[in-house]
Amino acid sequence: MQSPVEIIPHSSGVVGVSWLMIVLPLLGAAILLLSGRRTDRWGHFLGVAMVLASFVVAVASFVELLGLPEDQRRMGVALYQFIPGMADMGLLIDPLSISFALLITGVGSLIHIYSIGYMSHDPDRRRFFAYLNLFVAAMLLLVLADNYVALFIGWEGVGLASYLLIGFWQHKPSAAAAAKKAFIVNRVGDFGLLIAIFTIWTTFGSVAFAKVFPLAGEASNGTMTAVGLLLLLGACGKSAQLPLQSWLLDAMEGPTPVSALIHAATMVTAGVYLIVRSGAFFEVAPTAQLVVTIVGVATLLAGAIIGSAKDDIKKGLAGSTMSQIGYMMLAAGIGPAGYAFAIAHLITHGFFKANLFLGAGSVMHGMNDEVDMRRYGGLFPVMRITAITFIIGYLAIIGFPLLSGYFTKDGIIETAMEHNQILGWLAVLGAGLTGFYMSRMVFMTFFGKKRWADDAHPHESPAVMTVPLILLSIGSIFLGAFLILGNRFMKFLAPAVGLPEELPVFHFGSTAGLATLALVAVGAVFAWFRYGAADVPEVAPRGSFLTTFARRDLYGDALNETLLMRPGQWLTRFAVFFDNRGVDGLVNGLAATIGGTSGRLRRIQTGYVRSYALSILFGAAVVVGALLYVGNM
Amino acid sequence: MNGTTIQAPTIEYALLSPMLLVFGAAIIGVLVEAFAPRYLRKSIHVPLTLLALVGAFVTTILTALNGLPTVAAAMGAVAVDGPSLFIWGVILILAFICTLLINDDDQFVAQAAAVPGSVDEEEAVRHGYAQTEVYPLMLFSVGGMLLFAASNDLLVMFVALEVMSLPLYLLCGLARRRRLLSQEASVKYFLLGAFSSAFFLYGMALVYGYAGSVDLKTISTAISSVSGQEPLLLIGTAMLGVGLLFKIGAAPFQAWKPDVYQGAPTAVTALMASTVLVAAFGAVLRVFWVALGGYEWNWQPLMWGVAILTMIVGAILAITQTDIKRMLAYSSIAHGGFLLTGVIAIGTIKQDQQALSAILFYLAAYGFTTVGAFAVVTMVRDAGGEAGHLSRWAGLGKRSPVLAGIFAFFLLAFAGIPLTSGFFAKYAVFAAAISGGALPLVIVGAVSSAIAAFFYVRVIVLMFFSEPAADGPTIAAPTVGTSAVVALAAAATVVLGVFPQPVLDLADQAASALFIR
Repeated sequence: MQSPVEIIPHSSGVVGVSWLMIVLPLLGAAILLLSGRRTDRWGHFLGVAMVLASFVVAVASFVELLGLPEDQRRMGVALYQFIPGMADMGLLIDPLSISFALLITGVGSLIHIYSIGYMSHDPDRRRFFAYLNLFVAAMLLLVLADNYVALFIGWEGVGLASYLLIGFWQHKPSAAAAAKKAFIVNRVGDFGLLIAIFTIWTTFGSVAFAKVFPLAGEASNGTMTAVGLLLLLGACGKSAQLPLQSWLLDAMEGPTPVSALIHAATMVTAGVYLIVRSGAFFEVAPTAQLVVTIVGVATLLAGAIIGSAKDDIKKGLAGSTMSQIGYMMLAAGIGPAGYAFAIAHLITHGFFKANLFLGAGSVMHGMNDEVDMRRYGGLFPVMRITAITFIIGYLAIIGFPLLSGYFTKDGIIETAMEHNQILGWLAVLGAGLTGFYMSRMVFMTFFGKKRWADDAHPHESPAVMTVPLILLSIGSIFLGAFLILGNRFMKFLAPAVGLPEELPVFHFGSTAGLATLALVAVGAVFAWFRYGAADVPEVAPRGSFLTTFARRDLYGDALNETLLMRPGQWLTRFAVFFDNRGVDGLVNGLAATIGGTSGRLRRIQTGYVRSYALSILFGAAVVVGALLYVGNM
Repeated sequence: MNGTTIQAPTIEYALLSPMLLVFGAAIIGVLVEAFAPRYLRKSIHVPLTLLALVGAFVTTILTALNGLPTVAAAMGAVAVDGPSLFIWGVILILAFICTLLINDDDQFVAQAAAVPGSVDEEEAVRHGYAQTEVYPLMLFSVGGMLLFAASNDLLVMFVALEVMSLPLYLLCGLARRRRLLSQEASVKYFLLGAFSSAFFLYGMALVYGYAGSVDLKTISTAISSVSGQEPLLLIGTAMLGVGLLFKIGAAPFQAWKPDVYQGAPTAVTALMASTVLVAAFGAVLRVFWVALGGYEWNWQPLMWGVAILTMIVGAILAITQTDIKRMLAYSSIAHGGFLLTGVIAIGTIKQDQQALSAILFYLAAYGFTTVGAFAVVTMVRDAGGEAGHLSRWAGLGKRSPVLAGIFAFFLLAFAGIPLTSGFFAKYAVFAAAISGGALPLVIVGAVSSAIAAFFYVRVIVLMFFSEPAADGPTIAAPTVGTSAVVALAAAATVVLGVFPQPVLDLADQAASALFIR
């Protein structure tokens, strides 16, 4: 394998001011949050402008990066030194981070613009944009940071933004609960990441990527495996992988643009970023890599199964997001051969999943915020742009030949197949399930009989919402071919993550590829018979054991409740008891002792100068006595 | 020295120019008091004082840039070396800021000689008199501080001590409101100061008896050569220590600090809490490191005890204070204790450099923060002048969020929270103390920091999380000078906390050659 190139310090050009990418949206958030109602009228434009400006900086940095020879395409931008060597803060602009920056600011801009329309009736639109800006800033810090501590700050920042946005309609108890759930489940992962960072610090004495990665081979295998698994735990929390997947479905309580931006296109892929970025650690810890691939495959199947049973269009898409990130995890766990496919799929997924979510939002916008697909049907004629763009996204995600998802997902499946036959075939099975549940979604929404509620008057959304849809769908069509053919993206990423020993060649007719296509076709046809050709009941039938299993999110919540929540509550009760009786007693006693001493000592301070003089004399006597004693010892 | 002709002493005027400028301006100030009409005096004094301080600062910088001399100036009496110049720079900047505070305040008495509450006083107030001697007095005191920190000779040091202290005794008694309290503070400070000076003087005499000289260099060589007179040196060291420890307010010589800090006009308190502490630590280092450096095994245990006692007494007694200025006084005592842990860290050259650099940085950081905190105190007023009682500060955050926020920030810096200057200051001295082998001391330091954090945070809680009193104090419309003081102090506290490297480097540089002898 060809290893990544060294980081070259850089302070001039656009890259020298690349911190503007983070600062601009952060400034937007600060202005919007601090200015209060005064900026209600134009606040959303400010929010959009900040993200667009950030996008411009990202593109300019990207262009500058491309202008460099390949062995110099890792630029370190030093920003701040706290205690020298202890907590240096800087940015790392390399092909990996800039790919993310472009995705975040590019798709982020489109979603910001879309939100102007989507949130136009919400009295708190300004606050919404402030949080969105905050999210973009934190996410950019996460991917651009050149060390784990700054990455962690961004990591927590996106967690906060996600919490605030899921609970944006906090008057709904379900939204508040979902926000809390997302936060708490993420905490579990965050602790994993934190302990991983601690371990990295104690092992290598640094947290900077440039310092720790070259040393990865020198640490013991056990340490690296532990670091790898802990990083994976962090990644599982943020990216909703098993066993920390349960929050993502509830997170759909947030406004739809949030689901598109944070819970589909960008934030949830942070785990994949973390694993690819930490590739140097995983490559010396094969056990951790194996666990990553297993988690990936398990989640891709679980997500697909859940997605097949949901009637709520957004939850269906959320299951699908889980599943697609599972693919990325699978690829990321394979090593250098998979990194490029993982990130490529991440980017194309960013486009088509944002496309699908925003499409779903457009449908909801026209249907009085109805999310139940059993009350849709036959919407194609009334919202053609939404429908066509949605269908493009749909074709891209199921891997319809020559569309984005076809290239990137097929790349993952082929690589997995070469790596391990079992994983490969399970990934193929997942693709078949994708074909089924996505077709089901399209048929239930746009085709078949109208099952609308009585007061529903579906209509096409305004241009401010449909134009982003069109732009995203263009990405959904062409991006995959552009990235994968000729290994373009793999070569581009090489300075950051290295190259596999032999470059893969894309076959249009490989066994795995054909098998995938066949299974997808079967899934789609099956969906057509059940949901296209047949009538869909307005109330969900009881369904089989498997359906219930999937509807209940594979009993994830029940499992969490019995295994974690109940014992957790007991533990809390015990801790509170211990805290009240034991710790507080000790602390209060100590405080009382100190306070009492203070009160007593205070009486020495009589205010009489004669007693002060006496105390000085006394002190002097003690000082002289002590010195004589020590001196004569 | 067996010649019969008396040689005129050589004086390096260029090296001493910062001091000479300050003293010169002070003398001109006295002349202004004598000859200028009353209504003109203040408008002459203020520019004169500021100019003198700026001039002295500039000459200090120029001296530093010209490269440091390797022998002491003025026939070995004054050591102009790296630490001196750093301390001079800090004292001069702090004095400049304090001048702005003094200038912008009507906190000085109209006529100090008038009996409080008398007809004379009313008369003086009605005529709008002001005691403008404050400015030359302050300059004299500052000049004394510069000399105090740089004296290489016990006799010069004693003179400097008195030049520094005498004007301060007067300044303490000049508060416009609560004059009796102020005069009481002045008398207390004077009596106890005189008392402690006597100790210093006696110690000097004993050391002279041992070494046959008051020159620090000669004393240090005598320690390694003279034998048999041990008790003289031991008692002398103890007595010198008492005199100096009194000035920094170390326990058990701290009793004057709260009373004096409370009674003095707040601007003077700011001056004392910042510059005097800086100068006094300069002198402590000179006596204990330069003269008695080879004698460390004997005085270190004593200093251990003093440092521990100082930190604990400062932190514990601050808890039950109800007056903001008294609380800050105890906080200053505790900080003196933290600084002493650095003084103890003497050892190898490398340890000395680290400890010296840490102490210098600490002095600069603490000086700015403390001036800022007292400047805020001058702005919180009610009918009777400054609202000193802590209960009056309840809910200040609601009424004046910016000011309360800045004050809270200063308090956090005192507590040593990261991203404030106080964090690095503490970190540096504690690190130096650990590498000097004083780990137990650092543990005590950390514990008393924790105790101290309680009363700092308590004030923050009081300001932001309590309901404001109905007749609570108002915030005096800040004048340009006072706002400038608060802004400068806050800026210094932020910058030293976020980008400490330049000043740390400067302190390292100043400490690199240690002291000249």
